[in-house]
Amino acid sequence: MMSQGKATRPVRILIAKAGLDGHDRGAKVIARALRDAGMEVIYTGLHQTVENIVRAAIQEDVDCIGLSILSGAHMTLFPELLKQLKAEKAEDIVVFGGGIVPKDDIEALLAAGVRQIFIPGTHTKDVVEWIQANVPVHE
Amino acid sequence: MTKKRDAAAQFFKSPSYRAWREKVYASQRERKASFESISFREQPELVTPENGGTVDYDRDLGNPGEYPYTRGVQPTMYRGRLWTMRQFAGFGTPEDTNKRFRYLLDHGQTGLSTAFDMPSLMGYDPDSPRALGEVGREGVSVATVEDMDTLFGGIALDQVTTSMTINCTATVAFAFYFAVARRRGIPFEKIGGTIQNDMLKEFIAQKEWISPPAPSVKLVCDVIEFCAQSAPKFNPVSISGYHIREAGATAVQELAFTIADGLAYVDHCLGRGMKLDDFAPRLSFFFDVHNDFFEEIAKFRAARRLWAKLMRERYGAKTDAACKLRTHAQTAGVSLTAQQPVNNVARVAMQALAAVLGGVQSLHTNSMDETLSLPTEGAVRIALRTQQIIAEESGVTNVIDPLGGSYYVERLTSEVEEEAMRYIRQIDALGGMLHAVEAGFPQKEIAEAAYQFQLGVDAGEQAIVGVNCHAEGGEQEIPTLKIEHEVERQQIERVKEFKARRDPAALAASLSLVEQACRENRNVVPVLIDAVEVGATLGEVSDIYRKVFGVYTDPGML
Repeated sequence: MMSQGKATRPVRILIAKAGLDGHDRGAKVIARALRDAGMEVIYTGLHQTVENIVRAAIQEDVDCIGLSILSGAHMTLFPELLKQLKAEKAEDIVVFGGGIVPKDDIEALLAAGVRQIFIPGTHTKDVVEWIQANVPVHE
Repeated sequence: MTKKRDAAAQFFKSPSYRAWREKVYASQRERKASFESISFREQPELVTPENGGTVDYDRDLGNPGEYPYTRGVQPTMYRGRLWTMRQFAGFGTPEDTNKRFRYLLDHGQTGLSTAFDMPSLMGYDPDSPRALGEVGREGVSVATVEDMDTLFGGIALDQVTTSMTINCTATVAFAFYFAVARRRGIPFEKIGGTIQNDMLKEFIAQKEWISPPAPSVKLVCDVIEFCAQSAPKFNPVSISGYHIREAGATAVQELAFTIADGLAYVDHCLGRGMKLDDFAPRLSFFFDVHNDFFEEIAKFRAARRLWAKLMRERYGAKTDAACKLRTHAQTAGVSLTAQQPVNNVARVAMQALAAVLGGVQSLHTNSMDETLSLPTEGAVRIALRTQQIIAEESGVTNVIDPLGGSYYVERLTSEVEEEAMRYIRQIDALGGMLHAVEAGFPQKEIAEAAYQFQLGVDAGEQAIVGVNCHAEGGEQEIPTLKIEHEVERQQIERVKEFKARRDPAALAASLSLVEQACRENRNVVPVLIDAVEVGATLGEVSDIYRKVFGVYTDPGML
C-alpha cells in the first residue's frame, strides 16, 4: 500500500446510491468533480442493494466508496455496508458519505467506521482534498 | 461592456434612453463583470419600453381569468379567495401523520398534502427486504387500504382537499383513497384533491419508478381517464417541474420540460380516444419557486401563457377551462442551507412572495430545518405563518397581478416563454417527451446545468450566504425531528397481521383481474379499487406491474 503522492495510478472511487432513494443530483455532481480532479470514478446508478455495492467495489478494485443517502436510511445502510465489507475482507476500502445527515448521526457513523460525512453546502474541492489526504491507493 | 449588452443595444430606439445609456451609463463602473440570473441568464441593467418592456395588452396579457391567463386564471385571484396553504407532511406510521395533519388544520392550514415513505413510493410493502431502514423515514408508510383509512381518520374526504405525492404507485394510492371514500359512503364525484401521478418527471428527475416509461405513462393516463369519467373534482395528475428544478434544471428547463410532459400526457389521452375538453381542465401543475425573485414570477406568468396557447393553437381546445394552467408551488428545498439554518426562514419568505406574485393556486413553504431532517412541528409552524404573513399583512393580495406591466417583468416573461418554447420544439423533434426521456435528453441537460451551478458555487460566482460568503464556523444548532426505528417494526408487524386475515380466494381472484386488465391494456383503476378493498397491498399490485410491464433500472449516466 502506498500513499497518494507516490501512487502509480489515480485513486479509484465507487460513487454509490443505496436503497430506494432517488436523489442523485449530489452523487452525480460529486462524481463529475472527482473525475475532473483526475480520479477514476465509477457510478453505480440508483437503487442498489448494499450487496451490489460491495460486489462492484471488489470487482472494480476501488480504493474507496462514497455512499450518498438523502432518504434518512443512513443509520441502516452505512453500518450494513461496513459489515458486508468486513465479511468480504475488504475493510481496507475507505467508506465516506454524503447527504442529509443530522449532526448526532454523523458522530455515531464516524464512531462506527465511516471516515467522513459531507453535508449539503460542501465545496467539491474539500471532497477532492479530503480524498487525496485520506484515501491510500492500493497497489 | 459585454458582447451581449452591445447586441441588446441595437434594439434601443428611444433617443433619450439611448443617450442616457451611451453618455451616462457607459462611463459608470459596475461592481461585477456580468449580472446573471440564477439560471445563467444575462440580465440587462435597465428595461424600458425600448428594449422589450412592452406588450400588447389583449394579446399577451388579457384580463385575469381571460385568455391567455398571463395575469391569472381566476377573475378575482386573491381578492376572491387566497391560495390554498398546503404543507406537505408525512412521516412514521399513519397515526403519526394523521396527528400532524390535524395539527396543521388546527393552525389554519386549508388543505392537506401527503408525503409517502420510500417503500410506498417504490412499490414495496414494509415487510419487503428492499424496504429495510426506510419505512416511515422520509414520509408516511402506507401499504394497505386500512393504512389509508387511519391516515385520514377523523378528516372528511369530501370537505378537505388532499394532495398525494406518489407516482409509480399512484394508481394504488388512488385506489386506497377512493376505496376509503366508498367505505365512508362518500360519492366519488364529491371528492376533491390531487394525486401527483406524473411519471415522466420521475424518469427525468425524481427517479422513483417500477416499470419503463411507456407503460408508466399508460398508468398515469388510466387515472386521468377514470377521473374524467367518475371523479370530476379530482386532479388526476400534477405535472411537476418541482423535482426537475431541484435536480438542477434552470428555470427555463423546468418550465419547458414540465410543459412538454403535459403535452405527452395530452397526446396519450387523445390517442385513447378521449376528448381534450373532457380531461384537460383537470390537468394540474406543480412548480418550484426558487431564489431569483423576478425570474420566478416571470416563470409562472409565462407558464400560463404558454400552456394556454398550446392548448388552443396546437390542440384546438374549445373551452376556457382546458386552457387554464392551475398550479401548486413549493419553495426550493435545494436552496436551503445546512449552515446557519435559521437564515432559511428568510429565503422561504422571499420565494413564497414570488409564488404569490406569480399567481399560484396553492403553496407549500419549506421549513428551515429540512436540510437536516424532516421538519419539526415548530419549524413547520414558522413556515405556515410565513404564508399567513404574506396573505394577511403584506398587502400584496389586494391587487391582481401587481407586477403586470413592469417593463422588466414583462420582458422576462416573454423571454422565459420563448426560451422554453425553443426547448419544446427540440423535444417535439425528438418525437415528444416520452421518446426524449427514453433517449436521456432532459436528464443530460439537467445534469449539465447542475454541474455548472456547482462550479459557480465553488468559484464563488453563485453566492450562497453562510456557505461561500458570510460563512462562520461553529454552526447554530436547531432541534431536528427523529423518527424512531420502532416505526419500521410496527409497520412490518401491522402489514403481516393484515395479510394474515384476508380471504385468500377473494384476494387471488381480484389480483388476477388486475393482472388481466394490465395485460389487456384496459384501465386498471376500477379493478384496483375492488382489489384493495379485499386486501391487495401496495407491494402486491406493484409486483403485478413488475411482472407484466417489466422493471426499469437506472442507466446510471453521469
